[in-house]
Amino acid sequence: MAGLSFDLIALQLFAGLALGAIYVLFAIGLSLIFGMLTVVNFAHGAFYMVGAYVGLYLISIGGNFWICLVAVPIVIGLFGLAVERVLIRPLYGRGIDYPLLLTFGLSYVMVECVRIAFGKTGYPFDTPEVLQGAVDIGVGYFPLYRLFVIGATAVVLLALWLFLEKTSYGLIIRAGARDPQIVRVLGVDVSRVWLIVFGIGTAIAGFAGLLAAPLQGVIPEMGGTILAEAFVVTVVGGMGSIGGAVLAGLLVGVVVSMTSLFAPEMAKVSIFALMAIVLIVRPQGFFGRAGLMS
Amino acid sequence: MTNAAQSIKPHRATMGIWYEFATRHRASIVAVVILIFPLVMPFTALAVNILIYGLYALGFNLVFGYLGLLSFGHAALFGTGAYLCGIAIVHLGWPWYAAIAAGIAGGLLMALLIGVLAIRTRGIYFAMVTMALSQCVYYLFYQAVDLTGGENGLRGINVRTIDLFGLRIDFINPMIRYYVIAAFVIAAFFVMSRILASPFGAVIEAVRENEMRARASGYDVTLTRLLTFILSGGFCGLAGALQALHLSIVPIEILHYETSGLVVMIALLGGMGTFFGPMIGAAVFLVLENIVSVWTVHWQLIVGAIFIACVLFFPAGIWGTLIARGRR
Repeated sequence: MAGLSFDLIALQLFAGLALGAIYVLFAIGLSLIFGMLTVVNFAHGAFYMVGAYVGLYLISIGGNFWICLVAVPIVIGLFGLAVERVLIRPLYGRGIDYPLLLTFGLSYVMVECVRIAFGKTGYPFDTPEVLQGAVDIGVGYFPLYRLFVIGATAVVLLALWLFLEKTSYGLIIRAGARDPQIVRVLGVDVSRVWLIVFGIGTAIAGFAGLLAAPLQGVIPEMGGTILAEAFVVTVVGGMGSIGGAVLAGLLVGVVVSMTSLFAPEMAKVSIFALMAIVLIVRPQGFFGRAGLMS
Repeated sequence: MTNAAQSIKPHRATMGIWYEFATRHRASIVAVVILIFPLVMPFTALAVNILIYGLYALGFNLVFGYLGLLSFGHAALFGTGAYLCGIAIVHLGWPWYAAIAAGIAGGLLMALLIGVLAIRTRGIYFAMVTMALSQCVYYLFYQAVDLTGGENGLRGINVRTIDLFGLRIDFINPMIRYYVIAAFVIAAFFVMSRILASPFGAVIEAVRENEMRARASGYDVTLTRLLTFILSGGFCGLAGALQALHLSIVPIEILHYETSGLVVMIALLGGMGTFFGPMIGAAVFLVLENIVSVWTVHWQLIVGAIFIACVLFFPAGIWGTLIARGRR
């Protein structure tokens, strides 16, 4: 353990935050959709994966990464709107399991469609030139792109926070999460609010997929793994809580990155151990409402 | 069947006589169908698959259909059964019957471990937590290369003959293999029928129908859920063990979450919470998969689309829809 300096641990911590940023983006979409619609979107990983592939396609036809950052969330968000309107809306009021099952089937269809369009094998995804290289962050050199991922996540979070807390439409969304019945009585078309929330959630998932692509490349199966890990994030943070998703997402990222430094063979399993501890000590998660879980 | 099982089935008087007969002798009917099945089914290997996945779905349906909890982690139970059976044969040199027992024990134990954690959550969380935990089991088995073969799967589970009371049975012959496996599956169906007909089976359905009322009646809801999940693990463990014997290899994909999803599809397709549903679902699903995969390699697209249509238009599944028709 002689080589373990403070700097190395600090660098690993930053790497964990960058990984955690992807989890945060994935999980807030999941949490937003669940908090509003009480739908667990099993296709969230598929939206994430399609986001990465849409980015790949746009770049292959001559676009650049910055165009993708704007275009991918829009494309995936519009697709999400269509999915909610056509497939999920008929299932409201039919029991909480049905939307979950439907989105699970949808993830099969989406993954297979991508396989048909792009083939079964994965592609590398080039880091945009401006963001290549590393910068000195005081404790050592850190890849610039990972720093960008953390920054982009912070921007999305800030925008989402401003939208939810400072706009009148955000007020309707928050009220709808509390009590959709009352909101409906007050004359608001709740189903339209749900539609938009699903669109926002999937748009963020697509954005997360695009951000993750240069870090790990793109393959059709990339959504499945992160889905299970995002479930850990939502259970740890408390389902339906955006603050919980942010905190738990960063925590899970740091836990993965720290265990891969100290005990690499336990890196994959560590976050599930974290979830097990949270389930035993505090089943509703950090910020979960106690009533939801028991 | 005892009165407990019948009293919870509503509108008994309005049902046809055929339905009452089918309910009374449900396990025997399954046995007869399984015994004559290979005579009408040209592909024995497919028939064996249907048996094994039917059993897997039977165990899953106990939790999903009868207890009302959606588990997305049953691959862990199925896979642990398969791996323990394989490990018992390959590494420990146990005879086949002891290996099957090891598989069942593995399913029970894994269900206990997952159940203790997952049962603390409810509703939608149960699906998420079971899926996350089964993903954890996947990684654990993946990394234990010495024991499980890791990515390559566990190879060399060669059972050529089966000794039964001095009788040497040729396990390579596909027809004989079918009937050996069928014996276990039929036995499992009789046990399942007995469990569902017992007072405990009535409590399981009571918990699903109205948790508050079950608790007020003095039943321990949490314990019932845990016991049911463990029982389900036993059935899935047996199915896994038979799968290991049948394939002579345990691929790591058996623990993948798609194996969990597969059984959800089968149970929903056949009809959740019905006795015949899992077997019908397995037969229809696997035959369909076989036909579609001859026609295109992208069978997941077709299967996913059919599943979406099922959720939207036939949530009661094939057998559930038939029952509803019969009651009218």
